[in-house]
Amino acid sequence: MSASDLPRNPGGPLDLDVVRAIRVNKSAAERRSATIPTRRTVKKQWQAAWLLKAITLMDLTTLSGDDTASNVKRLCAKARRPLRDDLVDALGVADLHVTVGAVCVYHQWVATAVEALEGSGIPVAAVSTGFPAGLSPFKQRVEEIHESVKAGAKEIDIVITRRHVLTGDWQALYDEVKAFREACGDAHLKAILATGELATLTNVARASWVAMQAGADFIKTSTGKEGTNATLPFSLVMTRQIREYERATGYKVGYKPAGGIRTAKQALEYLMLMKEELGNRWLQPDLFRFGASSLLTDIERQLEHHVTGRYAAAHRHPMP
Amino acid sequence: MTSVAEIFKTMEYGPAPESDAEARAWLAKHGGKFGQFINGAWTKPGSTFEVFDPSTTDVLAKVTQGTSKDVDAAVAAARKAQRSWGKLSGHQRAKHLYALARMVQKHARLFAVVESMDNGKSIRETRDLDIPLVARHFYHHAGWAQLFEQEFAGYGPVGVVGQIIPWNFPLLMLAWKVAPALAAGNTVVLKPAEFTPLSALLFAELAHDAGLPPGVLNIITGDGKTGAALVEHKDVDKIAFTGSTEVGKIIRRATAGSGKKLSLELGGKSPFIVYEDADLDAVVEGVVDAIWFNQGQVCCAGSRLLVQEGIHDRLIEKLRARMETLRVGKPLDKAVDMGAIVAPEQLERITALVKQGADEGATLWQPSWSVPKKGCFYPPTLFTNVEPSSTIAQVEIFGPVLVAMTFRTPEESVALANNTPYGLAASVWSENINLALDIAPKLKAGVVWINATNLFDAAAGFGGYRESGFGREGGREGMYEYCLKRNGERGTVKGAATSSPKRAVASAVQPSPFISEIDRTPKLFIGGKQARPDSGYSRIVVNPKGQRIGEVGDGNRKDLRNAVEAAHAAVKGWSKSTGHLRAQILYYIGENLSARGEEFAARLRAQTGAMAAQAKAEVEASVARLFSYAAWADKWDGAVHNVPIRGVALQMNEPIGVVAVAAPNEAPLLGFISTVAPLIATGNAVVVVPSEPHPLSATDLYTVLESSDLPAGVINIVTGAKDVLAKTLAEHDDVEGIWYWGSREGVKAVELASAHNMKRTWCHADAIAWADVTEGEGREFLREATQVKNIWIPYGE
Repeated sequence: MSASDLPRNPGGPLDLDVVRAIRVNKSAAERRSATIPTRRTVKKQWQAAWLLKAITLMDLTTLSGDDTASNVKRLCAKARRPLRDDLVDALGVADLHVTVGAVCVYHQWVATAVEALEGSGIPVAAVSTGFPAGLSPFKQRVEEIHESVKAGAKEIDIVITRRHVLTGDWQALYDEVKAFREACGDAHLKAILATGELATLTNVARASWVAMQAGADFIKTSTGKEGTNATLPFSLVMTRQIREYERATGYKVGYKPAGGIRTAKQALEYLMLMKEELGNRWLQPDLFRFGASSLLTDIERQLEHHVTGRYAAAHRHPMP
Repeated sequence: MTSVAEIFKTMEYGPAPESDAEARAWLAKHGGKFGQFINGAWTKPGSTFEVFDPSTTDVLAKVTQGTSKDVDAAVAAARKAQRSWGKLSGHQRAKHLYALARMVQKHARLFAVVESMDNGKSIRETRDLDIPLVARHFYHHAGWAQLFEQEFAGYGPVGVVGQIIPWNFPLLMLAWKVAPALAAGNTVVLKPAEFTPLSALLFAELAHDAGLPPGVLNIITGDGKTGAALVEHKDVDKIAFTGSTEVGKIIRRATAGSGKKLSLELGGKSPFIVYEDADLDAVVEGVVDAIWFNQGQVCCAGSRLLVQEGIHDRLIEKLRARMETLRVGKPLDKAVDMGAIVAPEQLERITALVKQGADEGATLWQPSWSVPKKGCFYPPTLFTNVEPSSTIAQVEIFGPVLVAMTFRTPEESVALANNTPYGLAASVWSENINLALDIAPKLKAGVVWINATNLFDAAAGFGGYRESGFGREGGREGMYEYCLKRNGERGTVKGAATSSPKRAVASAVQPSPFISEIDRTPKLFIGGKQARPDSGYSRIVVNPKGQRIGEVGDGNRKDLRNAVEAAHAAVKGWSKSTGHLRAQILYYIGENLSARGEEFAARLRAQTGAMAAQAKAEVEASVARLFSYAAWADKWDGAVHNVPIRGVALQMNEPIGVVAVAAPNEAPLLGFISTVAPLIATGNAVVVVPSEPHPLSATDLYTVLESSDLPAGVINIVTGAKDVLAKTLAEHDDVEGIWYWGSREGVKAVELASAHNMKRTWCHADAIAWADVTEGEGREFLREATQVKNIWIPYGE
């Protein structure tokens, strides 16, 4: 986000009337979501360009209990050089210096990743605040943010307390996110709503709004650990709240779907959704990211297919 | 060539063309020229006309202008084929329909491409909507064929069906027409629209390859003259038409008195109603699907946007932003929202109406981008500051043009929504289920979508109220359009006494030999009161010997006017009353009639000369019939259709409204009860012209009705010259349906006059055996007394 020319969302006072007036019609949201991928498609060099764009919008992620320094370093190396040189040349995009958007790890590996990415300009994002359930003591969650920022994380992916949403305690949710935002300082805050645990699309929309009011720089669907992670309907609902928020305040807030996005085709669907609902400005890394771990490999394969006309094998691309 | 690096910066969509190679190969196989498809074979092309790709205006093919000889040949082939097709078991027909469904799926992409090229609609729509729905219709109706003997026991096919379909959904409309027709055992002569005949020709060819017997489905191409020849053909038993209300009226008049069964699916100016608690982003996409689907060339398009005043500006702002992101372009491009308008004529009509709208003072808005110069393209268009009196608020534009108006209250939204001669569809947007389900039954529309629009399925009937036509397509209700009740003895009169309706001339009438009672001179029965006839004249009633037995009022058009007004006043409450209440009143009428049974029997004998036992039987049958419809009053249930959404499609059987009845001359009491009782049991109010020669049984009923708690105006009775009164009622634009029993000339006159407001007509020149319960009462009467509204309610939170 260092390249961003946008003013940060400062947040503002919570207006409960606005929150409670938000209603989402689920069937209608599903219908719209279902037709975004059928109304739009990109082919040939357009598809290649869009997939290349998707790489730059990726938070290349590892969030496993068995992470060690070696796989984190490998991930960072891949983040610097996500695409084989021969493909970069064949696509004629060497000048674009394509890298991923960020590397996303647990606090434990922030310092390792920062070191591995030094000089690349690629920021490190840390999942935080008792990720993924968000149920550690509040003080510890705030402290976790401080520690990660201190370790060099430029982006903090916080998780919200789902209880506040399920019980309609919007004030508590607002206070929590606001405190996290303050703890972030200059680091950008991505608010993970854990949409798969919020029961209804109306709740997802209201939580999105409250998180933005509390100063979130990004709103993000999922930890990747819920039963349901990113979906197009969740994304539709959240992007529409981003649109409303911009209309109401003038501030642009970013969006990050995460979890379950594994194929190049899915990536294109999300890009089309962003373009349709929010416009091209939201196809830049300061306003859109994918949280993904295996997506990159599929995109590499599709780009190779575009270049060679042959279907590609994963093992012919350097693993992340 | 645009480079990857450039696109990376602009992030534009590129072209994404669907190949037309297979479709062109099929056209080439035919040398770009088609004859008619009759009796399983192509005829030699005759005099031809050109079919265009509207997106390029290039000629796609030449097809034959159908002559009356072609129509004769096709009808003869269909007639011959029907003899064996109609005798197949349901299962055997089901196998054929199943094969057609599979055939459509196997060639889905070819159909989709041909349809897109011919019509100009986007490949996205033909691929994802039209063609899958076509297959779905054949699957669903394979099921009705399979179940036909059990589920339509007592019914058989109509015979040879002539079908005329429009250009907006060429293959889907073919499926809607052909699938139920074949399922019920009919054979078909179908005329596709002049602009878009290709998919029907492809279908016929592939259906033949799939084993459909020769003559079962015949395709005749041509213009309106060919259609007219089909409509007027003597050996066609039914006409099914989808198209404009204007042509629908012509067909109604052309078939009047012919005995042809008729179903019409016509135009609309459907309301799209948005309440202040709606999900506005959902509404915006709903509007896209309502009026920019198929370039707005959709009979049920939500073309009148009615918005609650407080959210109007916000919604319009959102809509305009959304319109900017719509893409109009080549129909075969997989990434466009709108393709081409079907033909230059249609484009001119849209352009002219939009100009008129702007000239009349409405605010025109179109997106900043422009549509392709070559080909028939028109941009999405939104009018605000539109009043109901504006031309564009009243006329069906049949293009991508939306007109927006505001309302203040739910009541006013209903008034505005219903302020149209049409009644095809409506869309209701609110997150409040109480409001949405309160509004839906109040809308004059055959289909209501709650928080959705343009949902279609083979399991739910589709069709209109008012001048949007009659009959349903899809579901069980649609199957009845292609069935006839098998009344073995229909055409002969049994069980009820009759005499020829001889208009008595006072001087020629012999006086009654003695006066046995105090003079009773019945008046008319209007609005619950006995009213003197406006004319001030009476009609003499005679017995079969020509002796005077009484007099009745000679009703005229003013009496009918008053009666219709009274019926309208009554129907508001009566149609909303519970089935339980209507049942109680019908039972009570039966009870009171029974108590005076001897008197009514004596009156029957006096009028018709019936034997005592016969007269007694008619009275008893009348009481029983009242009980039957009392029984039905709370049992004429709708249904929940099994449609493929998370939600329900509620079939509600709604009363037609104010219905006129010209009761049969025979069975003066039972005929009256048999026609009036099903109508009032289902919530209609009626204006009845009773038996012309024997009206005294009806006039004797006044006091029965008065003592039975029947609300004033639910039944109104005007005695007089039946055919004169029936014609006046048929001409009345505020009478919504008419049932007629009488002469062939009378049937024709009623059907002709009914075309003006597209009344539902049920006319009979042949007598019904009223005493026979399988013939004289039951579901057929209830179906005719009601119209189906399907309310689609997707749900989920």
